Amino acid sequence: MSKVHDIVIRIGGESGEGVISTGELLTLAAARAGLWVHTFRTYPAEIKGGHAVFQLRVSDQPLYSHGDNLNALLAFNQEGYDMHHQDLRPDGTVVFDTEQVDESTVKESRKFPLPLSRIAKEEIKMPLAKNMVALGALARLFSIPEDYTHKLCREKFAKKGDAVIQKNLEALTAGKKYIEENFTDLEQFRIQVAPSELRLVLSGNEAIGMGALVAGCTHYFGYPITPASDIMEFLAIELPKVGGIMMQVEDEIAALAMAVGASYSGKKCMTATSGPGLSLMTELLGLAGMAEVPVVVADIQRAGPSTGMPTKTEQGDLNLAAFGAHGESPRIVISPMSVEDCFYQTVNAFNLAERYQVPVLLLSDQALATRTECIPKPDLKKVKVFDRVVHRDGAENNNYLRYQYTEDGVSPMALPGTSGGAYVATGLEHSEGGRPRYDPVTHQKMTDKRFRKLASAVADFPRVDVLGDADAELGIVGWGSTLGAIREATERARAKGIRIASFYPRVLYPLPDGYLLDQLKDVKRLIVPEINSQGQFANLLEQRYRGELIRYNIYGGLPFRPGEILKKIEEVA
Amino acid sequence: MVSESAAVLAKAEYKSEVKPTWCPGCGDFGVLRAVYEAFDQLGYQTKDIVLVSGIGCSSRIPYFVSSYGFHGVHGRVLPLATGIKVANPDLHVVAMGGDGDAFSIGAGHLPHAMRRNPDLTYIVMDNNIYGLTKGQTSPTSHFQFKTKSTPFGNLEDPLNPMAMAIVCGATFVAKGFSGKAKELTELFLKAIAHKGFSFVDVISPCPTFNRVDTFKYFAEKVQPVPEGHDPSNKMKALELAYNTDVHHLGVYYQAERPPLNQRLAQARQHVETDRQTVLEELLVRFG
Repeated sequence: MSKVHDIVIRIGGESGEGVISTGELLTLAAARAGLWVHTFRTYPAEIKGGHAVFQLRVSDQPLYSHGDNLNALLAFNQEGYDMHHQDLRPDGTVVFDTEQVDESTVKESRKFPLPLSRIAKEEIKMPLAKNMVALGALARLFSIPEDYTHKLCREKFAKKGDAVIQKNLEALTAGKKYIEENFTDLEQFRIQVAPSELRLVLSGNEAIGMGALVAGCTHYFGYPITPASDIMEFLAIELPKVGGIMMQVEDEIAALAMAVGASYSGKKCMTATSGPGLSLMTELLGLAGMAEVPVVVADIQRAGPSTGMPTKTEQGDLNLAAFGAHGESPRIVISPMSVEDCFYQTVNAFNLAERYQVPVLLLSDQALATRTECIPKPDLKKVKVFDRVVHRDGAENNNYLRYQYTEDGVSPMALPGTSGGAYVATGLEHSEGGRPRYDPVTHQKMTDKRFRKLASAVADFPRVDVLGDADAELGIVGWGSTLGAIREATERARAKGIRIASFYPRVLYPLPDGYLLDQLKDVKRLIVPEINSQGQFANLLEQRYRGELIRYNIYGGLPFRPGEILKKIEEVA
Repeated sequence: MVSESAAVLAKAEYKSEVKPTWCPGCGDFGVLRAVYEAFDQLGYQTKDIVLVSGIGCSSRIPYFVSSYGFHGVHGRVLPLATGIKVANPDLHVVAMGGDGDAFSIGAGHLPHAMRRNPDLTYIVMDNNIYGLTKGQTSPTSHFQFKTKSTPFGNLEDPLNPMAMAIVCGATFVAKGFSGKAKELTELFLKAIAHKGFSFVDVISPCPTFNRVDTFKYFAEKVQPVPEGHDPSNKMKALELAYNTDVHHLGVYYQAERPPLNQRLAQARQHVETDRQTVLEELLVRFG
């Protein structure tokens, strides 16, 4: 039995020098070997140059966050050491490239000089293989069998031919060998695990793409934007396979307009963007609400207004998602809390959009989109998928009313090509038959009809996750990608004897009483951690929550660490 | 030839119960009549037609036709129509709207729709003025034209929609006049029959806010495309487009290029399988 259950390692260095690729391959190798993984990455917006960081946490247990302080740091260069060594635990180990880091600056007692550049240049005769030397070394450090790294290496360089594969395999072996011959205490990094068939390893954005496929999405229209583009790129490969279409179009306005058009024709459609793109889409969200066209819009939030910090994370778009609209138009805002949740909430987003004929916004963020996690393999047969209610072929004069008043507000939708169903989908206020009508009674009744759908949809809202002491007077509520840090902090606080309950709603808007607020009625004091400066979710809660709200906001472009939240809990408990 | 009685019958099938909201004497009435007659001659069923429009006086047109329709937002008629068509290639999609919708707020979509070549028809009812907002300058208003927003005369030169369409890659480019009903119907028939993006710029005078570009003015300035014009000749088509002395009516340019849906279908034919297989492959890939 190994004594170690949880290790955090960070790699820092020049962007473009292999920091991210080393981290990604190590993550995959670890996951395939059976470790639970959870990553965090940040990199400059520029393609090459600037500082890149990849953090990997591995464990023999499921993980919820990227962790706190580091067990190990691999510094590719001096900056990689200078910027991160203060995050090491007291017993943490610094591994550094001997050619790039001045050993005399390394203060930590546990340090391990690793001649990455020298091995790549002199032994492998290929300076670019530095990252594969690092991968071979780190994989050995974590006792990951070399079969996994070798397989990944063959996959990665498959198109480059045998000679390149061979060189890189040599690099892996050289890194491994160097550790075996020079590193004394390998036990401190050994976690005992076995490979599992019951898990997947993927990123938040990949999980959204996969969720869309499971939900029955066939049409995606998009415009490139960091950090959302990988959803588009993923679906560009996968949608044609299911007879669907991914089109990159001229701007975000066209993207949503095409999605609305294709949905009107009867297809399940989505687009994904980030804040600047969502701003451009707001007029069309109004149209989708008014014309009652189902559509899913994923917003992968990034930091700051305008161009801001495109490769950093923030929860700054909740106001835009919930209220970025003219007039009053129904919509639902869902936020996934983990990679696994990205998958399930994308399915939910499609289900709610189709069932209630409304636009549904899916709020993820940079940190969640780009992080890799192990998730339990979903049982696809158990995933429920709903389709919209359609008006079936009928007689020509059967008096079909597209926007008929109904109890739940949902009226059957006729798809073009259906006889007896012809109607005009419209952004004008309209009668039940879809004809322009501006009288006061119609506008009030139609507005009520459209919002009645949201009231009906509450029954299908995904549940609020509640953890901890249900009757505690101290509560903590978060949304989106901060779940993991909050969950770990809650558990650690309870282990220290603090009574606390954490609440995690997936639907952020609308926020009806029965869904979240009733559950908070016994909570006297509520901590609301958010990665934004204004407390956008706290503002929503403040309208009706009667207890004391304790806002906790960070907005440096980085995700919460569990330790930060624990500190806040201890401070107010 | 469309006889009087055929026109009446056409109205019965394609005309909706909604009465047009246009001013008496509006050019758009002539366009609407030609649309009814074109559909009638093509024999399309109303269930298979989708009229898509933006915002403006002319964009009200879907309500006056008994087919499917989508009255969207200002300037987005082309992406909306493209989305409708790619999702169901069997539909006959006709996008319509005014010069403001097409060449001002929606201008960013024009070149992309044209190079993308979806199999749909775009009919612009061009009156060189903003009518619904009661008389402001438009991208096709003449230099020095006085409107409520250009009280001292328009300081900008107008766009040349015909030249723009030819240059941007539209595969069918034609000009019509609402005052020439028979010719307009024939143009619409050709445009709708064309496989690819067909663009018809229709002179459709506004009697209320534009007292310069009137039916009378145009009646003297229009003449058919010269006999023997070769519509496959792009440079000759551009010559017609740049002729500002007369307005030639007819097909300026036509080319054959596979429409968007055909290319999309070709691109996926080698990879298409079923959803179950795709998902199982992904479970393996991420496993």
